[in-house]
Amino acid sequence: MGAMLEIKNIETYYDLIYAIRGVSLTVAEGNITAILGNNGAGKTTILRTVMGLIEDQPDKGTIGFMGRRIDGLDTEKIVRLGISLVPEGREVFEELSVRENLMMGAYTRRDKNGVIRDLERVFAYFPILADRVGQWAGTLSGGEQQMLAIGRALMSRPKLLFLDEPSLGLSPILVKEIFEIIKKINQEGVTILLVEQNAKKALEVSDDALILENGRFVMKGKSRDLIEDENVKEFYMGVRSRESAKGYQRWKRKKVWR
Amino acid sequence: MIDFLQMIISGIAVGSSYALMALGMVLIYKASEVPNFVQGEMALLPVFIAYMIIHSYGQSVFAAFFGALAFAMLLGCLLEFIVVRRAKNPNILGLIIITIGLEMVLLGFVSWKFGADQRVMPFPISSYSSVMFGGVYISILDLLTLVAALVIMTGLFFFFRFSKLGVAMKATQQNETAARLMGIRTNRVKMITWGISATVGTVAGLLLAPVFMEPYMMWDPMLKGFAAAVIGGMTSLPGAVFGAYIVGIVEHLFGGYVSMEYKAVVAFAVIVLVLCVKPSGLFARHYVKKV
Repeated sequence: MGAMLEIKNIETYYDLIYAIRGVSLTVAEGNITAILGNNGAGKTTILRTVMGLIEDQPDKGTIGFMGRRIDGLDTEKIVRLGISLVPEGREVFEELSVRENLMMGAYTRRDKNGVIRDLERVFAYFPILADRVGQWAGTLSGGEQQMLAIGRALMSRPKLLFLDEPSLGLSPILVKEIFEIIKKINQEGVTILLVEQNAKKALEVSDDALILENGRFVMKGKSRDLIEDENVKEFYMGVRSRESAKGYQRWKRKKVWR
Repeated sequence: MIDFLQMIISGIAVGSSYALMALGMVLIYKASEVPNFVQGEMALLPVFIAYMIIHSYGQSVFAAFFGALAFAMLLGCLLEFIVVRRAKNPNILGLIIITIGLEMVLLGFVSWKFGADQRVMPFPISSYSSVMFGGVYISILDLLTLVAALVIMTGLFFFFRFSKLGVAMKATQQNETAARLMGIRTNRVKMITWGISATVGTVAGLLLAPVFMEPYMMWDPMLKGFAAAVIGGMTSLPGAVFGAYIVGIVEHLFGGYVSMEYKAVVAFAVIVLVLCVKPSGLFARHYVKKV
């Protein structure tokens, strides 16, 4: 299948901070692609740049979505083309009800029956939201808010879904649940670009993965290959590979990709 | 007792026009986060336009009022589009100065174009005719103001509750980035908010104009409306309405029982009192964000 999203060599500045230093990336249609990286590596910035949320950025490079250039477009237009972002830290509308939040997700749509069907679909993914439908979103727990944020993004019926740290601040059981649903959403035909710190989970669920450090990609491959990689294991999954037998000499692994 | 009731009723009547001004201010405060000092003049110009339509073009009062409301909508949108939006990353002080500047420009324009002499808007109902309910007089114009205020309040309630645009406005106020991610054109939403606010204020202006009309006519209702909005917490529509009625009633009781001379300042004494007791206003909700 072809490339749905094609980012070519973008560079992004936050004022004077050179955050993204030439990044290229393709997201294949129907896949889950994961971007891994530490705090401050620039993962979120890539997503925000693509969505047009950072004014006058990318400074250099092009972004193509389904054969059309989208860099420099307004966020509102990009959303209408079929990309939806679940932002980091959920960002639900706290003083709107759960239903209103979901309906805002469908703001750009005109087909009422389709919207109602999709509302049912979201409730099928996240039954807890159906129970909370009249409650203010701000009164939901963190996990429920994350579910609401994902559901809200799905309501626009996106072709491509960006997920920014969906596991942030959730208990391990909820993380597992969220990732199962991500897989399910993908199987029902939504292409996903996932940004995560939880490398193990992200590699398990994704098809392709890239590793970002200091605004550049340092590694790229099939997720099932990366999960076996010694460097990835040590630096992103916390597996200690080598320890001195006698216990006084400890070797620190050298990052070979630098 | 009749006196007391009379004062309460008059307070409610005058409170209705304060309420309309306060609603307009709160709408804009929520959208653009600025206490909008041009609120009064956004109503003033359309009122004079209505006067002009009646006098220079000989149209009926209703056509003129309709024209004024439409003009107010346009004026509000234009002010946002041409001036307020152009301020890049404004701080609150800058925005306040912008609104005060606009206020002076519009006030100056009205004084220059129409002159500063007092006049009265022709209106089918005389400002002197009144009805009596069990010993309490209420002028028909006041009654009309009350009804208009109630209609607009209910209208706004339903608008924010059930219409897609209304909910989108609330969404934009709560989290602009997220609203943009939903595909909401937040700039347009803000512009329309200014338009609606100007229209609501103009209703108050049009109902004051049959009593007297001059370029400074909206200054007092605007300040009282601002006081009401502060009492209500600046971000709550019901709070603003409640505050407006408090201001209206307290003002009249004070005028009746204590001193007519200081009636005008009592609203601000009420603000000081409320801010001492509950600094965030009576109705403000300060939402604690969950992590």
